[in-house]
Amino acid sequence: MYPYYEQDWSVLPPENNRRFNPAFNMATIRQAFTEAVERVRMPTPTRLRDLIRQIRAARTAAEERAVVNKECAYIRSTFREEDSVWRCRNIAKLLYIHMLGYPAHFGQLECLKLTASTRFTDKRIGYLGAMLLLDERQDVHLLITNCLKNDLNSSTQFVVGLALCTLGAIASPEMARDLASEVERLMKSPNTYIRKKATLCAFRVIRRVPELMEIFLPATRSLLSEKNHGILITGVTLITEMCENSSDTLMHFKKDSGNREIVPNLVRILKNLILGGYSPEHDVSGVSDPFLQVKILRLLRILGHNDPDASEAMNDILAQVATNTETSKNVGNTILYETVLSIMDIRSEGGLRVLAVNILGRFLLNSDKNIRYVALNTLLRTVHADTSAVQRHRTTILECLKDPDVSIRRRAMELSFALINAQNIRTMTKELLLFLEKADAEFKAQCSSGMILAAERYSPNSRWHLDTQLSVLIAAGNYVRDDVVSSTIQLVSSSPVPEQTYITNRFWESLQVPNHCEDKQPLLQVAVWAIGEYGDLFMYGANEDEFERPTESDLIAVYHKFLTSAQVSTTSKQYALVSLAKLSTRLQQCVEEIQALITSFGSHLNVDLQQRGVEFTQLFGSYKHLRPPLLEKMPAMQISRISSQNGESGGSFDDNSPDVIENGIEIGNSTHPIIESNMNTMGDNTNILLDLLGSTDLSTGANDLAMATDLSNAVHKKNTRNANNDEPVSNNQDLLDLLDLDMSAPTATPVMGVNLATDHSSAANMNNMLGGLDLGGFGGINPMPNNIPTNGNDLTSMLGGLNIGGGAPSHVMPPIGGDVNSGSLLGELNPTTASNNVTMPPQGPKLTALDKNGLLVQLVPVPGSDCMKIFMTTTNSSDNTLEQYLLQAAVQKSFKLQMLTPSGSVLPPGGVITQEMRVVATSNAVLRMRLRIQYTLDGQQLVEQTEVSGFPEQQPSHE
Amino acid sequence: MMLFMLLFSRQGKLRLQKWYMAYPDKTKKKITRELVTTILARKPKMCSFLEWKDCKIVYKRYASLYFCCAIEQNDNELLTLEIIHRYVELLDKYFGSVCELDIIFNFEKAYFILDELLIGGEIQETSKKNVLKAIASQDLLQEDEAVEGTLRDIGLL
Repeated sequence: MYPYYEQDWSVLPPENNRRFNPAFNMATIRQAFTEAVERVRMPTPTRLRDLIRQIRAARTAAEERAVVNKECAYIRSTFREEDSVWRCRNIAKLLYIHMLGYPAHFGQLECLKLTASTRFTDKRIGYLGAMLLLDERQDVHLLITNCLKNDLNSSTQFVVGLALCTLGAIASPEMARDLASEVERLMKSPNTYIRKKATLCAFRVIRRVPELMEIFLPATRSLLSEKNHGILITGVTLITEMCENSSDTLMHFKKDSGNREIVPNLVRILKNLILGGYSPEHDVSGVSDPFLQVKILRLLRILGHNDPDASEAMNDILAQVATNTETSKNVGNTILYETVLSIMDIRSEGGLRVLAVNILGRFLLNSDKNIRYVALNTLLRTVHADTSAVQRHRTTILECLKDPDVSIRRRAMELSFALINAQNIRTMTKELLLFLEKADAEFKAQCSSGMILAAERYSPNSRWHLDTQLSVLIAAGNYVRDDVVSSTIQLVSSSPVPEQTYITNRFWESLQVPNHCEDKQPLLQVAVWAIGEYGDLFMYGANEDEFERPTESDLIAVYHKFLTSAQVSTTSKQYALVSLAKLSTRLQQCVEEIQALITSFGSHLNVDLQQRGVEFTQLFGSYKHLRPPLLEKMPAMQISRISSQNGESGGSFDDNSPDVIENGIEIGNSTHPIIESNMNTMGDNTNILLDLLGSTDLSTGANDLAMATDLSNAVHKKNTRNANNDEPVSNNQDLLDLLDLDMSAPTATPVMGVNLATDHSSAANMNNMLGGLDLGGFGGINPMPNNIPTNGNDLTSMLGGLNIGGGAPSHVMPPIGGDVNSGSLLGELNPTTASNNVTMPPQGPKLTALDKNGLLVQLVPVPGSDCMKIFMTTTNSSDNTLEQYLLQAAVQKSFKLQMLTPSGSVLPPGGVITQEMRVVATSNAVLRMRLRIQYTLDGQQLVEQTEVSGFPEQQPSHE
Repeated sequence: MMLFMLLFSRQGKLRLQKWYMAYPDKTKKKITRELVTTILARKPKMCSFLEWKDCKIVYKRYASLYFCCAIEQNDNELLTLEIIHRYVELLDKYFGSVCELDIIFNFEKAYFILDELLIGGEIQETSKKNVLKAIASQDLLQEDEAVEGTLRDIGLL
């Protein structure tokens, strides 16, 4: 245990190594003793200067660390020994070490001891250390309060100064409260050195604890009548802080500030500064005390804000400052800048405002980049208040787009967007396009989106708009955000036919440029979309602009090229595949080639592309007859701003297939990546039936997998039946006519068209499917029903859901999302199916649960393999709006009931709410269901209870 | 109000740090590191202002030293450049054509000068003469104490 006494450990020769050697021990002790005495008598720790030299001499980080660690260990030991003689030097060294990034917290208490010392040198270093090591996050922070309090009462002004300075730097709320009265006392000191410091301390105290403002108010009274600039500037700073902090104080200062009103007082000080003679003490390159001037201008701004009288009183002086300030140096511009801000912020005269904007215009031409930057920034702030004045400097601002400095370019770009209007859109776009081409990657996305928005708002004609959109896509390449893709597609789709032909040709041309496919994929996506959509116009339509048209095989060759290119993203390939499928109904010769190309994707490694390949291949085989109607042109998409029209556009939906939905979803999809993942397949696909299944599958998660399987079975059944019947479906219109559906619900009909086209015997299946759709919508993005109060149908809620999940899709989903009259699918469907025996499902009788006061609650049970789905539909045929609609259901114990989210909770007149329930039987029993329906009518809560039976028999699930 | 001021060399070594806001040590180090790298990466042609988090950064290079200040959104950036310049002038007057080494070896003096120029992140004295006078008087106090101490040591007092 004690190796010292062990033989083997001894350094002495064996004959001397005895366990106890008094002589040896005495010698050692004596030596140690003298050493200790020496150390106490002449303790010469390394001087700060030497330490810094040593550290700087270290060649490697490790070497430096070694030096620092050694010194730190030594400093710690002196702290432990309470060495007060060299404490000051050691703390100074520690502060240097601290700056190098090493821990120095062990010096905190020593700093406190130093501040308590009577020597000024100790105090000076001690307070310096406290400011560096003792901010309010440190535990020992509050211990310094007492020390500060003592020193605030010191008779030496510099000791008071040190304490005030420390308080100003590290005051915490507690400390501020404790010392506020001391500070207030010092603010009235006749000593200007102390007074100015105390005033700024008060500023700091108010910052930390605004409630303490009151106690300083009287002391501010005399600050502005001083001559000393130190007191003036600190006083103005304090008053500014007080006025910014509370409107009461602001009023207080406006009314009464000592012997004079504050505004004339400040105006007088400012006037003295600019008109007074040269004062060498405060002169900065020809400007008299710019620091004070700026502070006063800022306080004037606060005082004149929304105050016509105060503004009136300062108009003249602001004009004087604006015209009299020397602008060759930064100092002068500093003051002008502050003046401009004040002029813009108060109720100043029109002429003064023009003067201010002109100053900024001059700033824009300044050779100093800092001044240019400040000018752009300020113009950006004022552009909304005074556009025409800023417009005059447009060319200068556009020049700044070419500035070498990124910050300036960014500001110039933002400002340019703010300046675009219907008159200058052409020139501005031209300039911005030039900028966009050369811009850094970070600008491209923002700039392209901004340009698209501007074009949307101000485009003079659709040809120009289309050209601009194309130019942006080309210039920004892969940096384009998805919203640009969707808005371009939307724009093309809503353009007149000649424009569609034109732009498709332009797209084709742009695809011919080498590398465009890989470097500009958003362009590629839009281009293939347009070629697929308008393939017939593009290849065989009127060719007014005399474009060179490719042969069909050329076209397919290009598709082949980028469908097989490794540089083309999956998303672009998805677009291309859909486009190719569309082309198969638009081209005249090359259908086999297309089929071959599509079929080759049936074994693609990417699941999505493979699915597309397989699905589209089906459309070339036994379901050939479905292809033309399924792949028909999609209707024009409208912009939400003009979408309040309802019935008017109904006709245009007659001849279309699922594309409305696809389209809506596609846009929502591309704008919002979150949805994209869920709705991936749904996004760009044409085969709506299979697609919807895919999406249900994806978005509803494992829980609904069974459901999806179910649906696919149903669809399969339908398809088979359809094939067996061998009933060629040439036109959806026939079927729609057959079913006598109401065409006034434009969004609903197309979907129904599809569903009905494939099956007219199983409305239950259709319900089932729409239920699935609904789930897809909900499962994916969880919409808030409140936001879509008027839609009661599954389809709408799904799309509404997309809408909501999408954030800003207002422009993409005009005919559907949240539109009151856009149609309630089930609402339309159910009455129709009820009145039309054609679609009455044999296996799904409709059970009426409640029919009272115009409220009709119906249940459609659909037995499935493992559970029975019950679709509840509530329609409101009364004239009142029912709110907070809530359906509760109970079943016998031998059943398990699961209720899914209802489509909404508000029932306007004619509105519909749907909800799906799933019932699983655990034993053989006949299902009965008790329903409790709760709603609010005119603020009054009503409850209805009812019992429903007559459900089809269900086998226990474990079977 | 100025939130903090950093002085660092072209090699990215911190030479002075003054914090008027209480951040945790970790944050301080992170901020310093981030700003030093950002500013050193900027080209000389670029302007002296940076938008950084919710504050504005104003920096200027003097010889091998960068002076970097963080100010609040509604502060005047151009004036901050003037404050930096005023500080440099004061250092220059005090040390007599100041260089980086002066600030390294006399960092405490650099702090003292800054503390006579700014308190709590606001300017307290706009006269160079007054600042230097205050510093000189305090230095004199220290010297007096040193002489007194030595005299006492050798037994003359």
